[in-house]
Amino acid sequence: MSGLFREIRKNKVLVLMILPALLFFVLFSYAPMVGVYFAFTNFSFDGGLFKSPFVGMDNFKFLFESGTLWNLTKNTILYNIAFILIGNVLQVMSAVFLSELPGRWFKKTSQSIMFLPFFVSFVLVGAFVFNLFSTNNGLVNTLLEQLGMQPYDFYMHTAPWKYIIVFFSVWKGLGYGTVIYLAAIMSISDEYHEAAKIDGANIFQRIRFITIPMLVPTFILLILLSLGGILKGQFDLFYQIIGNNGMLFDSTDVIDTYVFRALAVNFDIGMGTAAGLYQSFFGLALVLTVNYIIRRTRDDYALF
Amino acid sequence: MKIKTEKSTVAFNVLGFAVMTLLTLACLLPFWVIVSGSFTSELEIIEDGFKLWPDRLSVEAYQAAFSNPAQIFRAYEVTIALTVAGTVIGLFVTSMAGFVLSRKDFKLRNGLAFFIYFTTLFSGGLIPWYIMIVKYLGWKDSYLSLLVPSLLGAFNIILMKNFMRSIPESIPESAKIDGAGEFRIYWRLILPLSTPGLATIGLFMALSYWNDWFHANLFITSEDKYPLQFLLYKILASAAVLKTNVAANLSADMKPPAETLKMAASVIVTGPIVFLYPFVQRYFVKGLTIGAVKG
Repeated sequence: MSGLFREIRKNKVLVLMILPALLFFVLFSYAPMVGVYFAFTNFSFDGGLFKSPFVGMDNFKFLFESGTLWNLTKNTILYNIAFILIGNVLQVMSAVFLSELPGRWFKKTSQSIMFLPFFVSFVLVGAFVFNLFSTNNGLVNTLLEQLGMQPYDFYMHTAPWKYIIVFFSVWKGLGYGTVIYLAAIMSISDEYHEAAKIDGANIFQRIRFITIPMLVPTFILLILLSLGGILKGQFDLFYQIIGNNGMLFDSTDVIDTYVFRALAVNFDIGMGTAAGLYQSFFGLALVLTVNYIIRRTRDDYALF
Repeated sequence: MKIKTEKSTVAFNVLGFAVMTLLTLACLLPFWVIVSGSFTSELEIIEDGFKLWPDRLSVEAYQAAFSNPAQIFRAYEVTIALTVAGTVIGLFVTSMAGFVLSRKDFKLRNGLAFFIYFTTLFSGGLIPWYIMIVKYLGWKDSYLSLLVPSLLGAFNIILMKNFMRSIPESIPESAKIDGAGEFRIYWRLILPLSTPGLATIGLFMALSYWNDWFHANLFITSEDKYPLQFLLYKILASAAVLKTNVAANLSADMKPPAETLKMAASVIVTGPIVFLYPFVQRYFVKGLTIGAVKG
């Protein structure tokens, strides 16, 4: 302990320089961790941390027994498997095409356009959804009517929203992932392709037997990394597309949106905190598992 | 043999151009429908709905939006101020922390790095974080709630640390021998050498401030504090009506723009990003590939 103080005194300036960052994480990460205690209370805002009645595991029990937790977990996992697999496959595909196709202008333009969605806010996704699917004026219904078909009330059916959510998730990340895979392709030595060409391999064979195998490590690594993070950062996408439309919750509610509604709509602080705590532990377990797997296979890419 | 090879290449190119054109169009389509919707007349939308191509171009939605632009300009002000302040302060604090953690002669660095990194592994969740900000810091409806909670990210600090570690250690060492203090070494030597890293991280920070609507949704209640994206969100949800001076001088057969106004507002809010995009894109690409190699 005295060694610690000596170290601090010796590096006073360095400690002062990192202090603002430490203070930030104390305020916005560590102090709120104390608040997971709310998960075990029937929280009232006036009572705050110390005077809300303690209810033990009741909130968790309710979440578990009502099936809420199972439904949220199932949705979260299934959606993310779809996002990650479809997203990565399309990203690899467009990176391979971009690396092999002729025509600089075409490639530059399409890469730029595919990267554009990454830069716009998710609120704009809400605007797209409004324009395309609104019941009275939506573009999709306009087109259906022009084809002589009945308009479709999207907001009364749960089925199409799964695909809409997956579409916009893939849409937002396509350019980003393509850039990463393109960088991986560029780092493959030209010699392999030259040698294969001399041996008479055509372009499909070269992609099948050189590019794809060389991309597999990156592919697996990126999938594992995204698997580790599937329990956070989904809120914008789901909330901008579905909002508070209760009709659609069964198939579109994920943990993030449930916690948000508990806070902002239902004011059920205890229950929301419990779901959030479950999310944190589940996320931690996932990251540790993923890190363990990466460490076993490609040590240099392990997170810690 | 030669002809055979060419045939497969032709097939590949045809397939490639087709697939890439399709993907590109799919990425472009949502933008297109917004722009085309914003140039349609309200009457056409009420009668037929949104179309891919309007029968008659109309700028009435933009006229309406700019008939009383104070609200949009105000939101622009808020967002620009937040983006600039957040990026500058965020970069300063992030780079200082990165500098301290990159100093190999600083014995506490591993412990402190873990202290920061741990926050990405486990959190108390949204609600305790919210209660901290509202109840204990008292930042409900304050600009501070939009600025401070998103200043730092553990990953940015780690990225900065990795970047600064690639600077030869002899530079700070020789400066130290010449009697320069730690802050001076950081400010005069390391920071200028870290410009590429600062640019990339700064752009990511600026982008996330510019696109943020989530914090405003949680914390902001007064309309004059709405940042841009949140104003757009409210307009789209019809919870806030974009104030226009249209109603006063309407002729009888004209509808005041409502649906088209939403589209025009989307264009007005997103336009600057799309225009800036070609200039900043390559910095993002560079930064992404640095990050990708580092894992």
